[in-house]
Amino acid sequence: MINLGLDILGLARFQFGMTTVFHFFFVPFSIGLAFVVAVMETMYAVKGDKDYKKMAQFWGKMFLYSFAVGVVTGIIQEFQFGMNWSEYSRFMGDIFGAPLAIEALAAFFMESTFIGMWMFTWDRFNKWVHVLFIWLVMFGSSLSALWILAANSFMQNPLGYIINKQTGHVQMTDFGAIVGNPQLWNEFPHVIFGAFVTAAFVIAGCSAWRLLKKDHVTFYRKSMQVALVIGLIFSLGSIASGDTQMRYLLNNQPMKVGAMEGIYKNSTNKGEWTAVAGFDTKAHKTTWSVDIPYVLNLLSYHKLTGTVTGMNQANKELHAKYDKQFGDDINYYVPTKTLFWSFRIMSGASALFALLAIVGLIFNRKKSQAIVKQKWFLYIMGLCLWLPFIVNTCGWFITEFGRYPWVVYGLLTIADAVSPNVSVASLLTSNIVYFLMFAGMGVVMVVLCHRTLKAGPDVENTDGYSASDVDIDPYSKGAFNHD
Amino acid sequence: MTSLQLLWFILIGVLFSGFFFLEGFDFGVGMLIKSFARNDAERDVVIRTIGPHWDGNEVWLITAGGAMFASFPMWYATLFSGFYLVLFLILAALIFRGVSFEFRANMETERWKTFWEWAGTIGSGCAAFLFGMLFTAMIKGMPIDKNGDMTAHFTDYVNLFSIVGGVAVTVLCLVHGLNFIRLKTAGELRDRARAWNKILYPVLFAGEVVFAILLFFSTDFFAKKPMSTTLIVLFLVVVTALAYWGVLGNHEWLSFVGSGLSLISVVVLIFNGLFPRVMVANNPAYSLLIKNSSNSPYTLHLMTILTFSILPIVLIYFIWSYWVFYKRLASPKQNA
Repeated sequence: MINLGLDILGLARFQFGMTTVFHFFFVPFSIGLAFVVAVMETMYAVKGDKDYKKMAQFWGKMFLYSFAVGVVTGIIQEFQFGMNWSEYSRFMGDIFGAPLAIEALAAFFMESTFIGMWMFTWDRFNKWVHVLFIWLVMFGSSLSALWILAANSFMQNPLGYIINKQTGHVQMTDFGAIVGNPQLWNEFPHVIFGAFVTAAFVIAGCSAWRLLKKDHVTFYRKSMQVALVIGLIFSLGSIASGDTQMRYLLNNQPMKVGAMEGIYKNSTNKGEWTAVAGFDTKAHKTTWSVDIPYVLNLLSYHKLTGTVTGMNQANKELHAKYDKQFGDDINYYVPTKTLFWSFRIMSGASALFALLAIVGLIFNRKKSQAIVKQKWFLYIMGLCLWLPFIVNTCGWFITEFGRYPWVVYGLLTIADAVSPNVSVASLLTSNIVYFLMFAGMGVVMVVLCHRTLKAGPDVENTDGYSASDVDIDPYSKGAFNHD
Repeated sequence: MTSLQLLWFILIGVLFSGFFFLEGFDFGVGMLIKSFARNDAERDVVIRTIGPHWDGNEVWLITAGGAMFASFPMWYATLFSGFYLVLFLILAALIFRGVSFEFRANMETERWKTFWEWAGTIGSGCAAFLFGMLFTAMIKGMPIDKNGDMTAHFTDYVNLFSIVGGVAVTVLCLVHGLNFIRLKTAGELRDRARAWNKILYPVLFAGEVVFAILLFFSTDFFAKKPMSTTLIVLFLVVVTALAYWGVLGNHEWLSFVGSGLSLISVVVLIFNGLFPRVMVANNPAYSLLIKNSSNSPYTLHLMTILTFSILPIVLIYFIWSYWVFYKRLASPKQNA
């Protein structure tokens, strides 16, 4: 698992994990909020109901906080490849650089430009034009997810390349194969739907806390309604896309699936699904488990029969395949407990989200104030606003720990990817400082969101600052007449 | 060296030029939050001048980094791992200033508001200084080994030359920021920016002269390319002089374009001197060259097509966004 010993590799891995997890608190939150806010503002444009405009502006504030933190932590991500993983950058440059550069060019410019426009031009443009800005932000941020996942998908499932015999580095031969990587098209919808769910349940959760205080009941009921509809659709969507991804992995990365399901031995034809279990990871054995028959096959193959490859066999197959090139002393077992429990938290929470959304929508039917009286439900919703962040992290734990020991599957091990010239002291310093900065920013984020929520939707938007435009055109001669 | 490799070397230079031209003034404006703006209302206006733009400007850096990875991964790997500590500090500075504008606007107590104002000021200043230092150290020649790994010691990147480089870039960003404020505000702030630049420009001239002298002794630029290096240095001094003339004669656009061109000519100076290398090693045999640091022709070709189809569209809406916010901002009333 995470090696906390003071060597370059352990520190670089820890840093990657830490920055990625922190960054990915804000990325899905921002993408999701952009979507929900865009939906709200569109409803305002269509219906002309000022409440929806207020909603877009109010939840838009949280979007702006989240976006700011997401942007600055994203720069670390980009620089990190060169700083901590220079051998990886040399090995993968021909493949990995392209999606990264396209991400910046096609997505980041769009996001950052139109977010500025959206922030500062309320009431300056026709409402339809203003709605377009937030949709472009949303489109840009989804596009950025697509390109970075294209890069990640190559690492999970390399396609469209050859190994250059002279340099030993990968070389792109088919860009179409990289963009068309089935791993990408399984991963992308799952990530995007997860982002929508994240924002939906944070909004629903925040609204629930305010409804408990009977504060702005109409406003928060409406917000809750929009959030729950989006939350329901996309929690079902993320379950469905998770299912297709899982079934894709069965053939592609059996070790990962074995660890997610906690099976060391190949499953029998009865398809016992391990609900909970204890593992002896050293002896590669399950010590105790609660099994339910047939469920594993239903999940894996959507039918009652079939067998799933266990980790022991996957290990044998990996040794047979790679020992010649990489030697026989590599441990191919992935961190089983991490994957097993992450998977259970992730899928369990997704089911809970769908259920909560249905219950909430029933309580929140029109013209009934039922939801305000269901205090137990509001408390649950309120607590669940933290859950999506845990779920997102679990998802990445599965994907990234499940790739161990590879950084690029079957081509480059993590140990061979790290920068050899960076000192332990440098890495330790940067780890500590990043950690403190992340902790600080996390606290400020929570405080700001909490305060915004407490201040309520009637407070004027402070982001416009107190500055006012004057009608002096810097392009005209009048610009040079002082007042 | 193929023509595609040459094209990408130039494109990386163009992206860094764009970055310094644009982020240059918002670094400058950022540095001015605490000293130049005298009260909260003035700070609101000063920050608002870059409010809708700074984020997009920073994307030029991200694009330059990504493009370097996509075209010259050996350069990217050596530069980024070699200058680990400098880049780490740059990241910390960019993070502080990046969140400071949004956080400041939402703070309730005076103390925290002040904290984020300082974060923006120091973050902007450090970022400008460190970028100047990094690029100056980079052209001086670094201990790079056969594998392309750079193991620099503290004095390799912190020395007289790199510190002068850092200071020069910082002052350049500062005057550029003031020139931007002259264009974007009306009244008191606009006049004050001009008054400040009247004092700062002589300092900048002195800095440029010292930098040019040190460039002569610390790098092989004048030895290898006497003509072009001299011409670019002269161009730098001339555009700086024009900008100063714009300050004295109150020609705001001339000043702004002049200081922007000064920043661009620094980038041009560096890239011209680097050519045909991308990283200068102490041992010339280990310098990274354009011809052996790049990606495959396939990837370069692909990136060329994509860049030339996407970038024009980006430029259109990027420029449009400046057009939308072209109006000047009024200085707050003095009794406010």
